[in-house]
Amino acid sequence: MSVLTTPAGIATGAADALRRRPGADVAGSAFKWLLIGATVFATGFLAVLLAVMIVDGWEVLSGNLWHFLTHGFSQRSAAEAGVWQGILGSLQVALVTGLFAVPTGVATAIYLVEYAQGSRFARIVELNIRNLAGVPSIVYGLLGLAVFVQTIDGFTKGKTVIAGGMTLAAMVLPIVVITSVEALKAVPDSLREAAYGVGATKWEVLSRQVLPAALSTILTGTVLALARALGEAAPLILVGAATGFMSFGDANVFETFTGPYTALPVLIFNFARQPGADWGVNAAAASVIILVLVLAVNGLAIYLRNRFEKQW
Amino acid sequence: MNPEKALMTDESEAPEILAPSEPHTQTRIDVSAVAAMAGQRADTETVFECGDINVYYGDFLALRDVTLDIAAHEVTAFIGPSGCGKTTFLRCFNRMNDLIEGARVDGTIHYHGVNLYQDEVDPVEVRRRVGMVFQKPNPFPKSIYDNIAYGPRLAGVKRSALDDVVEGSLTRAALWDEVKDRLKMSAYGLSGGQQQRLCIARAIAVQPDVVLMDEPCSALDPIATGRIEELIAELKTEYTIIIVTHNMQQAARISDMTAFFSVQANEMGHRTGELVEYAPTSLIFTNPDDPRTEAYITGRVG
Repeated sequence: MSVLTTPAGIATGAADALRRRPGADVAGSAFKWLLIGATVFATGFLAVLLAVMIVDGWEVLSGNLWHFLTHGFSQRSAAEAGVWQGILGSLQVALVTGLFAVPTGVATAIYLVEYAQGSRFARIVELNIRNLAGVPSIVYGLLGLAVFVQTIDGFTKGKTVIAGGMTLAAMVLPIVVITSVEALKAVPDSLREAAYGVGATKWEVLSRQVLPAALSTILTGTVLALARALGEAAPLILVGAATGFMSFGDANVFETFTGPYTALPVLIFNFARQPGADWGVNAAAASVIILVLVLAVNGLAIYLRNRFEKQW
Repeated sequence: MNPEKALMTDESEAPEILAPSEPHTQTRIDVSAVAAMAGQRADTETVFECGDINVYYGDFLALRDVTLDIAAHEVTAFIGPSGCGKTTFLRCFNRMNDLIEGARVDGTIHYHGVNLYQDEVDPVEVRRRVGMVFQKPNPFPKSIYDNIAYGPRLAGVKRSALDDVVEGSLTRAALWDEVKDRLKMSAYGLSGGQQQRLCIARAIAVQPDVVLMDEPCSALDPIATGRIEELIAELKTEYTIIIVTHNMQQAARISDMTAFFSVQANEMGHRTGELVEYAPTSLIFTNPDDPRTEAYITGRVG
């Protein structure tokens, strides 16, 4: 239809030429429906997963939830067993992970973007970090066992919360670095130039303009990385998250960081290994709880992001 | 720019604006008038003396052998086609090119006798004295007040004195009346023209000696442009102003001196800018020495 017409031809044929034609953009509509289909599949898959877990774990979630949340592991029966130690252990591990991964990762990103930008060194480091993000978590477990549990056991005291947290920190570090690098690169140069233009030093430009502008994105990426750490079981099993050992005794909160621990994903793994349907119910219920926990952490990230974005 | 319009304006309007004493019809300036203008200029103090400035981006030469002086309390305009290196040159005056990866400046720029490109010079101190307004308004994502107060705070101005600095700067930038009731609100809520005046206020808040302007009106409508031009005319009494512009009428309206840059491509296709002509604005627009300048300002090229 897009054949060039004379002005006279356009005038006489306008009504006809401008009419909407069915089938004019088949590829466009097909593409749109493909996208809708993919979205439905992705969200539907998650919805089914969540529904199955809730249904499977309903016995515990509906009747026995308080007991389940507040009691420790028990070998005797599924009904007695709870996930209290797992929740606490997961939160402690996540805290240690954050303490190690966030400052290191953000600092690395600042160096790469603001100081070494464009250099061959920075490009090589960045490429390697991107590759590290694809390394399977079990490999980090082996690294943690060799380095954090054995080599520096003077600091970590062996198979402890600290060793577990540091292992997961090594695992999520590439993610923290990459998201922070992207966040810093997204800060427009015009903002940096504006600050330099009124006589700011590099430190002043970074601390008062660039970091605040990138903060919300860095925060989001960091929390997503922590959420991933919360859900990891494999590396933690290697570095000694035991099942059920978490007797506080006289130990205060700080001492528990250098003691034995367990984590929710490890508990789920152990519940699922036990023979008998009632243990399966526990595994499903614990899965729902970890999902809620991850959701809560993400919610916190969104809340913090909105707060920081408004606050300038 | 529409070549016809440029041609028309240059012949019919420019002399009126630039040299009110000259009769309208005169298109050539007699020798004594030139000498008088040159003499006038010799009285003024020199702020910058540039000697053989060459700017490289990596291996390739972006600007070749520029030598010129900038006089105090004048508006100096840099004009020329895209890629001629005028913005590159402007950014030499406050060492903004330091921030560009791979950029290197050879030659000397003496600022009140001090070579800005010697090792002992701190670029941060240079930028406190030589402020800059950018092509696109780039306010900080902060309140109007904090945009202005940012520079003075860094310079150590006391909290108690900040209010006065903010009011004074906004007043001089002809923005105070429009924003005095919403100082705590986001600078992003301002219109484009207001944002650019805010950026000018921010630049003068640190009490610089020189203000560099890189096509400050290119993102603005004619009314906002007019306000900025009025502002430049007022600021000239206190500051030395160097402005890059694509708008030749603008250069003709507001500047005292004009430097015309041109661009040459070598056999590799690399484009290198060079200074063609530097003269009082009235001369450049009425009686340019170089045929390239004449071709450009009359709209035959560019």
